[in-house]
Amino acid sequence: MCVSEERSATGSFEQLALPLFSHLYNFAHWLAQNREEAEDLVQETYAKALKGFSSFEAGTNFKAWMFRILRNTFLNSRTGLKGVAIHLDLPDDDPALPAEQRTPETILLDRASEQIVQEAIGELAVPYREVLLLCEVEEMSYQEIASTLAIPVGTVMSRLSRARRALREAVRQKLNGGSPGPKA
Amino acid sequence: MTEETKHESWAGKIDLYLDGELDARQMKDLEGHLRECPACAGEVLRRLQWKRAIHSAGQRYSPDRSLRERVEKDIFPRKAAWWHWRPAFAATAALLLLLAGARMVQLEMHPHTQHAIQESMLVSELVDSHISTLASANPVDVVSTDRHNVKPWFAGKIPFTFDLPDLQGSPFELVGGRVSYLDQTPGAQLLFRVRKHQISVFIFQARAVHSDLVERQAVDAQSFHLESWKRDGLQYFAISDVAPGDLRALADLLKK
Repeated sequence: MCVSEERSATGSFEQLALPLFSHLYNFAHWLAQNREEAEDLVQETYAKALKGFSSFEAGTNFKAWMFRILRNTFLNSRTGLKGVAIHLDLPDDDPALPAEQRTPETILLDRASEQIVQEAIGELAVPYREVLLLCEVEEMSYQEIASTLAIPVGTVMSRLSRARRALREAVRQKLNGGSPGPKA
Repeated sequence: MTEETKHESWAGKIDLYLDGELDARQMKDLEGHLRECPACAGEVLRRLQWKRAIHSAGQRYSPDRSLRERVEKDIFPRKAAWWHWRPAFAATAALLLLLAGARMVQLEMHPHTQHAIQESMLVSELVDSHISTLASANPVDVVSTDRHNVKPWFAGKIPFTFDLPDLQGSPFELVGGRVSYLDQTPGAQLLFRVRKHQISVFIFQARAVHSDLVERQAVDAQSFHLESWKRDGLQYFAISDVAPGDLRALADLLKK
């Protein structure tokens, strides 16, 4: 690659990558649950992405590509290895959670402060936390999530369903002041 | 297929519907079912509320400005190159300030006069921003009466965060917000409605605002009222043509 081509590639990478900065940081912080580690993850992600930008296929989803790099970087970190190792054996289709109690949800949500929902998200196991955040916060399609996490679309759907149920249950437990139910 | 089986089949597709994963035909069919099935319609509403709550709560963390600068410097050195010229910019700015100061002395301007001019310029700038917002076809960039939508919208757009009070039971309604600038510094402009009047509340980092209007009321020549106060390192300005009492009431809510 000649200098002018390299500059142009850096330019377009910059245009594509910088608008994702806050999104990537938010996701990194949710995964690592630690500011310093999240900062390292974001820096490393940008460095790796720039290095591998020539392998990025134009026309494919750049956002999913960046999030995949960040997520893989996290998985290779000490926190990531620890967080995922514990939950690797979780079946995706096993309805292990208790059936939801029929408390009116509107009342539940009215009572739940943003902080309680945040705490409950933070307590979800990484595979469920990440799929929930990519869907609800990043508003990615199932296909984009599947591409980011390198899992089949069916697994995205089952994990998402489980994550949502687990979150509702966790919020309910917190509001009732009870002990947390089984973690997803 | 019995009605009950049909119902269960649709109920299982509600998440797909809300996540935008159904094709046009399925979406139309499900919407037809929702019109006839209060149970499923209620379930859609319930899950939609959860989606909104998670969306809002999930936008929790904002990067430090220093991290962005580090990444820009390391990854995009070309863009960050101007930082290397900061001392030169600073020296030029200092020189200009010195010259401006010398000019002031030369004109033998009384400090109170200078102060009054500075204050008047600030109020005029805020009034102009407020008026141009009201005159705009799209006065705000985030349109929502829900503080849980408006506050997170600013994440990453301005270098600070702020609290928004619950306005339930008060005559005020949040209209939305947009990014505003004062002395080239980004801040938040929130638009509130009370009866038929609009109130702009500007929030900037206090250190970025060179004003003595820290905690006081002012009246602009064009009969706009202004309330300003400082809290947690942030400088607030509320400006409107409402009665001063209304402006003060909103200010009190925001100070809580």
